[in-house]
Amino acid sequence: MVRLLKKIFLVDLFQGLWVTFRNQNPKYIYTEQYPAERPKIAERFRGAPRMNTNPETGEALCMGCNLCSLACPESLIVMTSTRNEVTKRKELVTFTFDTSRCMFCGLCEDACPTDALELTQDFEMASYTREGQIWDRKMLEEGPKPTRYRC
Amino acid sequence: MPDATFLDSTELVLNMGPQHPSTHGVLRVILKLDGEKILGTDCVIGYLHRGVEKIAEARTYAQFNPYVDRLDYVAAVSNGLGYCLAVEKLLNVEASPRAQAVRVILTELNRIASHLVWLGTHALDIGALTPVFYCFREREEILKIFEQYCGARLTTHAFRIGGLQYELYEGFEREVKAFCDMFLPKVDEYEELLTSNRIWVSRLRNVGVLNAEDCKQYGVTGPVLRAAGVRWDLRKAQPYSGYEKYDFLIPTGQNGDTYDRYTVRMEEMRQAVRIIRQAVEGIPEGPIMAKVPKVIKPPVGEAYVSIEAPKGELGYYIVSDGSTQPYRVRVRPPSFVNLQALDRMVRGALIADVVAVIGTLDIVLGEVDR
Repeated sequence: MVRLLKKIFLVDLFQGLWVTFRNQNPKYIYTEQYPAERPKIAERFRGAPRMNTNPETGEALCMGCNLCSLACPESLIVMTSTRNEVTKRKELVTFTFDTSRCMFCGLCEDACPTDALELTQDFEMASYTREGQIWDRKMLEEGPKPTRYRC
Repeated sequence: MPDATFLDSTELVLNMGPQHPSTHGVLRVILKLDGEKILGTDCVIGYLHRGVEKIAEARTYAQFNPYVDRLDYVAAVSNGLGYCLAVEKLLNVEASPRAQAVRVILTELNRIASHLVWLGTHALDIGALTPVFYCFREREEILKIFEQYCGARLTTHAFRIGGLQYELYEGFEREVKAFCDMFLPKVDEYEELLTSNRIWVSRLRNVGVLNAEDCKQYGVTGPVLRAAGVRWDLRKAQPYSGYEKYDFLIPTGQNGDTYDRYTVRMEEMRQAVRIIRQAVEGIPEGPIMAKVPKVIKPPVGEAYVSIEAPKGELGYYIVSDGSTQPYRVRVRPPSFVNLQALDRMVRGALIADVVAVIGTLDIVLGEVDR
């Protein structure tokens, strides 16, 4: 009898409607105004790669050990280095990072012994050309420059 | 002149997918129909084949780790756990207690996230539009924890062979506890929305019945098997990563129909919260990484490790020839095996039931095709 009455008076449907009604509260509304305000991204986020330089002297931290290139599953890091005759140290000559093939696994930054290569919180890495996805040393040091729109 | 033209033939062949939104990806099901009744189905898979197992043969053990996240991409953490455990078995090392506890927390969070995606999309297929928004709202909280812990939301690459790469961040325990407190009432909310809803019940009850005997014959695992009343959960049957320390129940159903699978998964989410609460209470101190050589070179041999992923038994079979690269990696994906039961479940049913059954099997095509 109770079941029949419940069925006639649509109790189960109103129960569900009550849930949706409770969730109507305007304080639950959450919209991110994306280009105007950027989302807060976790500190450990693995985004655009960056080459760090020594903040005091501006010298490259990278010592050309090639470990990142070996660690990369996609072998997308290509670097060349020469040995400096004076200091007997390896010095970086070229460094390219193909971001179009990168899957941001973070193995390269784990492998880096000097914290020179790092994945940063930048995530706006779009480019109009395929060549633009291949980042050279200058690009890696400066980071991506996404267009900032004013609202 | 033949007696019957194709217009009055009773059997009709209809392609469902690969672009059909309810096939959860790129699954193509060829339906043989008599009116709206299904006489038989044929699954065409492989549209998302990327050759992951072959890729493994050209990568070192550590390098292949990020690729397994791309198999079942809604439960990437579970995939990573299975792979890491398999390589650890080859290497004969064990993760430290601290690493094991963190692994349990993250995989159980991932189980909830995976079940939330399932619930949302399954309800969406059936025609309930609201749950998907609520489910993804709660899933967002889990993904935020993942992002803060390991730096990625979906393809996490959270675990490394031998333990963890990242130490817990400040406030991890607090956030996980806050999530647990927030989440349990939300499960009740979903249940309020669906469990007794007459449309939901009549669309699901006695649809896609797969009894225990059939489940065993097809090798079906996970919630699909448990809904048929078989109390089989690898976390209990062959505990890994310290699951024997935690107290939880294995929810089971009776009829093995779509409604039972729904209730089993809902209860599993509650049990996952229970495990997380126990694990987060006492994360032991200690190192997060076991002593693993920098260049991983397992001895010649083979190992098979299976874990209870959100969708069922996920197994990794790795053959090592003593070099830095695996000789062969075979993945036993739960979705692929569960999908084989589709024909048995929908035969004699209606087209609308196919949508419900594909939803309830909870397949991810990245895992089916690999």
